[in-house]
Amino acid sequence: MATHLIVAEHTGGKLVKATLAAVSAAQKVGGTIHAIVLGQGIGDVAAELAPFAATVHTAEHPGVKDRAAQPWAKVIADAATAIGATHVWAAATGAGKDLMPRVAIRLDAGMASDISAVVNDSTFKRPMWAGNITGTVAVSSATKVITVRPTEFAAPAAGAAGTIAAFAADPGASKMSFVSFDAVVSDRPALSDARVIVAGGRGLKGPEGFKTIVEPMADVLSAAIGASRAVCDAGWVPNDWQVGQTGKVVAPELYIAIGISGAIQHVAGMKGSKCIVAINKEPEAPIFQVADYGLVADLFKVCPELTEALKAAKA
Amino acid sequence: MKFLVTVKRVTDYEAKIKLKADKSGIVTDGVNMIMNPFDEIAVEEALRQKEKHGGEVVVLSIGSSDSVAQLRSALAMGADRAILVKNDGELDANGVAKILQKIVEKEAPDVVLMGKQAIDDDNNQAAQMLAELLGWGQGTFANTITIDGGNATIVREADGGLETVKCSLPCVITADLRLNEPRYASLPGIMKAKKKPLDEVELSSLGLNTTLKVKVVGYEEPAAKQAGQKVPDVATLVHKLKTEAKAI
Ligand SMILES: Cc1cc2nc3c(=O)[nH]c(=O)nc-3n(C[C@H](O)[C@H](O)[C@H](O)COP(=O)(O)OP(=O)(O)OC[C@H]3O[C@@H](n4cnc5c(N)ncnc54)[C@H](O)[C@@H]3O)c2cc1C
Repeated sequence: MATHLIVAEHTGGKLVKATLAAVSAAQKVGGTIHAIVLGQGIGDVAAELAPFAATVHTAEHPGVKDRAAQPWAKVIADAATAIGATHVWAAATGAGKDLMPRVAIRLDAGMASDISAVVNDSTFKRPMWAGNITGTVAVSSATKVITVRPTEFAAPAAGAAGTIAAFAADPGASKMSFVSFDAVVSDRPALSDARVIVAGGRGLKGPEGFKTIVEPMADVLSAAIGASRAVCDAGWVPNDWQVGQTGKVVAPELYIAIGISGAIQHVAGMKGSKCIVAINKEPEAPIFQVADYGLVADLFKVCPELTEALKAAKA
Repeated sequence: MKFLVTVKRVTDYEAKIKLKADKSGIVTDGVNMIMNPFDEIAVEEALRQKEKHGGEVVVLSIGSSDSVAQLRSALAMGADRAILVKNDGELDANGVAKILQKIVEKEAPDVVLMGKQAIDDDNNQAAQMLAELLGWGQGTFANTITIDGGNATIVREADGGLETVKCSLPCVITADLRLNEPRYASLPGIMKAKKKPLDEVELSSLGLNTTLKVKVVGYEEPAAKQAGQKVPDVATLVHKLKTEAKAI
């Protein structure tokens, strides 16, 4: 019987929803599900996870107050050993990618990164080569560490009445420490949670293009804003907005790509969107190969028109 | 200050990746091979840090003798010497991390710089595993690196913003896209690279057990997305979004 340990990610005293994708994936394997929450003042996060776990272990210790991969990995690996975990899971977010390989090697475990499907208790599917290829990977170590692509797993079934138990955390000596976090302040929905994303590329010509074209459309749709690598590199928008192979993977109900060519590295991050609209003046732009609706036009001409029409349609 | 930078030979990011007919892997015949773009950024960063602090930049690759080409590229950019751990077999990240640990123990660098992920397997594991094996701190997905007074301060590209972490040296750092823009090798650089030392080490001489814990047992092409339709104008688009896709 499998024993799972789900590593909770949280921010601002709340569970990061992507963690539930890891729960879903563990439920597909079956067995007993445990979760662990690290930090201080984490009672609410533990309570959010209780419906999905037999036991939620809370590891409160000054040494893990802020997330840092080295002390966190030790505590998680200790907990995994203590409960005899066969599988240790986390969401394949920036934080999960930073942290989980350390947990894996501490446990002498093989790791499957960013999985898109569970085949059985030791076999998983995952995108490779920017999603050009889906690989099936078999993990043969006794303990397996897996990060889960949040967009590929539906919400898990709740229903457990998990007990919350303190875990005696010993973070050990750490050679690294958290210093500060400079958050991108925005009152828009987060890219990972948004129902609609309006994304812009180099076709917008500059940061002004985002202000005058993308933002008004996003306002009308209550959308998050995404971007291609090119415009993040150029400093037009925050790096955190990058969608793609090496940025964020998103799958909203509606993704509107404006002035984005559709390089494979970008498409890797958004092709799972339910409905894709592309606006590009170049009829051969590769973005049209993944778009449900393509509009070949000058974005500066049609986007203001589209924003007005969307406003009218929503009214 | 000594920098050790890892370099992986990968398929070109512009190459069209196709599956072999028997689905045993991808077609590599006729596919251009390059230095992993993130590793190139790591090499550049090491060179810039060396310009500031002095020292040495050693580049390291694990792979077949074909990887010499990528090591020479790094030497042409300005790295001082190269090490190739020769291996024709398959490795997982655990194996790679253990090999790197051996070399690090021998070379004793102050900073190991690596790319944040290889663009072929997209694993994003080896650097973090190496840091753990060594008991070192890590700064992954680096956007800015400042080294002084025995510490590295790393501004990281994190979800929702930029995170700053501090690591005492030695440490492991991985490069994200915006850390720098790698230089092109100059012609004299390319000429000089041919004469720079390149040591080859047989994997078998390291006395490691690199039995795979993770094995790719199948490859497939993801289901192609149905090609959509072009719409003539904004009115049609909005109408279809409303009635057909029900997306607004
Ligand atoms: C290692 C690596 C990792 C990468 N990771 C990512 C990633 O995660 N995400 C990502 O996005 N990219 C990534 N890239 C970069 C990717 O390869 C492309 O370079 C990038 O996505 C291009 O951005 P773009 O579409 O905005 O720009 P371009 O390719 O320059 O496209 C601009 C588009 O705008 C159109 N356009 C111009 N003017 C107008 C107008 N007036 N009206 C309408 N259309 C117009 C043009 O026809 C063109 O198609 C990565 C690359 C590498 C090497």
